[in-house]
Order: sequence, then C-alpha cells, then structure tokens
Amino acid sequence: MLRVSLHHALPGFGLDVQFEAPPGVTVLFGRSGTGKTTVIQAVAGLLRPDRGRVALDGELLFDTTRRHWLPPHKRRMGYVFQEGRLFPHLTVRQNLLFGQWFAPRGAKRESLDRVVELLGIGPLLQRRPGLLSGGEKQRVAIGRALLSAPRMILADEPLSALDEARKAEILPYFERLRDEIGIPMLYVSHSAAEVARLATTVVVLQDGKVQRQGTAAEVLGDSAVMPAGVRAAGALLEARVAKHHSDGLTELDAGGVPLFLPQIAKAPGSQVRVRISAHEVILSRQRPEGLSALNILPGTVEHVRTGGGPGAMVSLQTPAGRVLARVTRRSAQALGLETGAECFAIVKTVSIAPEDIGGG
Amino acid sequence: MSTEAAWLGPEEWQAVMLSLRVSFWATLAALPLAVFAAYALARWQFPGKQILNSLVHLPLILPPVVTGYLLLMVFGTKGPVGGALQQIGIVFAFRWTGAALAAGIMAFPLMVRAIRLSVEAVDPKLEQAAATLGAPRVLVFAVITLPMILPGLIAGTVLGFAKAMGEFGATITFVSSIPGQTQTLPSAIYTFLQVPGGESAALRLTLVSIAIALGALLLSEVLARRAADRTGGR
Repeated sequence: MLRVSLHHALPGFGLDVQFEAPPGVTVLFGRSGTGKTTVIQAVAGLLRPDRGRVALDGELLFDTTRRHWLPPHKRRMGYVFQEGRLFPHLTVRQNLLFGQWFAPRGAKRESLDRVVELLGIGPLLQRRPGLLSGGEKQRVAIGRALLSAPRMILADEPLSALDEARKAEILPYFERLRDEIGIPMLYVSHSAAEVARLATTVVVLQDGKVQRQGTAAEVLGDSAVMPAGVRAAGALLEARVAKHHSDGLTELDAGGVPLFLPQIAKAPGSQVRVRISAHEVILSRQRPEGLSALNILPGTVEHVRTGGGPGAMVSLQTPAGRVLARVTRRSAQALGLETGAECFAIVKTVSIAPEDIGGG
Repeated sequence: MSTEAAWLGPEEWQAVMLSLRVSFWATLAALPLAVFAAYALARWQFPGKQILNSLVHLPLILPPVVTGYLLLMVFGTKGPVGGALQQIGIVFAFRWTGAALAAGIMAFPLMVRAIRLSVEAVDPKLEQAAATLGAPRVLVFAVITLPMILPGLIAGTVLGFAKAMGEFGATITFVSSIPGQTQTLPSAIYTFLQVPGGESAALRLTLVSIAIALGALLLSEVLARRAADRTGGR
C-alpha cells in the first residue's frame, strides 16, 4: 500500500493531493497539465515537493515535516518513463541487467530469462537501443525496471509516445505485469482505454486536486467525472466469456444479458472488462426489431446531464452494469428521457474496439 | 631514436623531450579537475557559480605574462604557497614542474570548455533513470555520464595537450628558459631565433612542433570516432 500526501506549487496552480494506492494497478487519470507527472516524480524521488509525505508498505520514503528524504536510488521504484530512456552506450542486455547490480542481495527478483520471455525481447539482447523501434524500446524499458527488483512499478504515460499500433502491442505487457508478476503499479495516463484495461483503482486528478477515487467501473461510469473529455467517455461493464461462436463472435454474459463482441482470445469462463464508448450507444424507448445491432441492453435512466452544448450524457442502469450514452439534447427531449424512464441501449458489436477489452 | 638525435642537436632534442614531459603531466593533472569543474558548471546550481566560471576562464583572457607573474608571486619560493610547499620539498620555481604547472593552468580553460559541452549534451534524464534503477550518484557518473562524454573528454585532452605544448608566455615568465630544466619547445625556438645562425635549429623545432600537433589531432580523431561508435550514435 502506497500512501501519498503532497503539496507543491506549480506554474499556474497548486498541487494538493492525498490518496492511497492499494495492491494492483492504481491509475492516476487526468488531462495533461494536472500534476500527474509531478506526483509520480515525487514518489520516485526525482522531484522534491514543497511539502508532503509518502510511505510504501509502512516505510517512509519522505516526510518534509521530519526532514526525511530517501534519495531515488534507495527507493527501489521501477520507473518506466514516457520516452524509454534506455542507455544508448549499452546493449539491450546490459540495459536490462543495469538495475541488478544495485539491487539488495535478499530482494525478491525476477530472472532475466523470465522477463525476456514475458516481454518477447530475446532477439534484441545484443542490439543497441539506437536501432530499436519505439515499441521495442518500451518493452526493454519495462524489463529494465522489472529486473531492478523494485517494490513497485511507476509508469509515466508509457504509451503516449507510441502510435496506435504500438500502444496495442505494449498494453498487454502491462496486463501481464499485473496478472502474472503481481507487482503493484502506479500508472499515469490520460487515456480512458488504458484505465479500462489496467486499473484496479483510479485516482482522477483535476487542476492539481483529487477529484474522485474508486474502482475503474465506478469512475468510468460516473458522468460527473470525465477527465479525458466528453468524447472519451464510456462506462465499463464487467462480464464473463460465455462461448465463442463459429462466425467469429464471442458471446459474453453481462449480468444475464448476452453481449456480442468480435472474437477475443479468452477462454470461456474468464472475466473480462469491456468499455462501451458513450458516443457509440444508441437509445430507444421500445425494444427495436429488425435491427442489425446485436447488443440490446434494457435499462432505466438514472440521470441526464446537459451542458451548454447540443449534447446530453445519459446514465443508464442496466442488468449488465451502468452504461453511459451520449445523445443530443434534442433526442433526449423527444424521447422523454428523464430519471426513471425505461429504455434500451443499443451497441453495435463492431463498435467495441479491441483496445477497450481487458482481462478482469 | 639515434637518427633523430643526429638530426636534432642535443639541446634541441632536450627541449622536445622536456616539452612532451611537461605537457603530459600538465594534461594528466588538469584532466580530473577539468572534468569536475565542467560537470559542476554544466549540472549544478550553486552560489558563486559565475565566479567559478570566471576563474576557470581567467587564464584564457589574461595576458600570459600576467598569469606567469602571478604564478611567480604565489608559487615562487618566497610566495605564500610556494614557500609552504618548499618546506615539504616541493619546488615549482625554475623547475620543469613549474613549467608543467604553468602549462596545466593555461590549458585548463580549454579543457573545461570542451568537456562542459559534452556534459551538457548528455540528457540528465538518463542519469535520473539510472538513479531510479538503484545506482548511487558516483556510479551514475562512472557508468552513464563518463562513457557518454568520452568523445568530448578526448577532444578536451588533445586540445589541452596542444595548448600545453605551445605555452610560452606564462612559462618563460614563471620558470624562465633554462636549457635542460625549463626550456620547452617554444622557448627553445624563441631562444634560437635570438642568436645568429640559430634559424636552422628553430626551423627544425618548428617542424617537430607541427608533426606533434598533427599527430595528436589525428590520434584524437581516431579515438573520438571509436568512442562515438561505442555509444551507438543516438
């Protein structure tokens, strides 16, 4: 358990955050410029905050009131940077082993073979970082952090410097870190998809303050909290893989409601999390007939949120969980969507993107 | 060696060897200090940084005679530092060690400038990354920074060596030009030019100077290229 309490003056605003990161992956979620990186740097010891206190599993990393400050090399935090930061004069193998020289003898550590296998970087070992692609660099950076026998992984927007294809390539490795290595992680992101895939706990930062903290489903399903903007809003459904169909679809069981997705590589019975983008959801007051969309979820309107613009965010309680739907204010009015109204949420199978589907 | 000895007169040969010795020790002694000063100026914020920067550059902008005279006042046998050192048997005045001291001080700013540029080119983020992986500061410097500044370090060393080989004004003011003791290559050339019939000796020493300078430049190019290859470009 990581306990963080920080005050720090930044240009234009003050950072003032308190949160706890339980085991699992805690995602610091917010737009750029809300102080996420400052928080993670203070936890790593790369930035000295004006005031604050951080403790990991009861051990104090720093406490400004007690003038206690553990330098970064004594904190044993495996930091994965945005831009990799591999050492250009060392081979991939030497980069990976760098942290091992300094890890304490008794520390629980992963073996080079296991990490190389986990990240699929065997063929790269003798190369120098200058010749690697962005995705390869980031995989090596993850391995390098992991092999320094860290007590926790800190990842600062590790995917933001990569293109979409590379993001999809790297994200599963963080899931494997969470599921197979089981190392606690503090992960900074401004992407709702990454939150949906990785987060055990989400801490939403806005203007230097913690706006909301909760599970991924709670935070993503809350239409009052949309740090990535209204276009990236979308609730998270937790479901179980029911069966794979021969026509390339996977059927999920979401609280008794069938949900069809393009085929995913998960065994029947396994838990998955699916993020349903709010702007991909169509609402209807009657159960539609003769419609090509396969997923129809019955539900009740919890509330409708409108702003100055033409849009409205409808929050719907369904047996599968909460669903957010972004419709126009005009439609919301025409359909009489108000709290308590019964309606159906329609989601096209093909609108569910693979990057929005993660392991439970 | 015997052919060169025949080509160069004994006094000329002595001057060449003395200059090489003086420059070698001057560069070797100045190098660690130059690396430290360059790193401090490039990386640290501390009060008096501008003063240190000016002090480092002083020998570059002062007339060499002034530097030599200052050395004589401070490190001469009657000077505050020179007098104290004399008690423990270290004498700079009118010795080859004094020539090395003068050459080292004159070469220092050039070495610091070259090395500082290469330290500034090393991304401090890499040093941060090394720290998060558990490396203490000294080791971060030894394993990350030092290998990455190697090309600049070599360039600075060669530049310093060349400057030390050519140092004249401060040296002749501080330690005079005693053949076999303090008469370095440039002071020998100067002395030969003062006596009738000395032109041919001066010309020979000039050719030797050119050869040493070109040789050093070539060597540094080769070393720097090899170091750059090792760091893999980016």
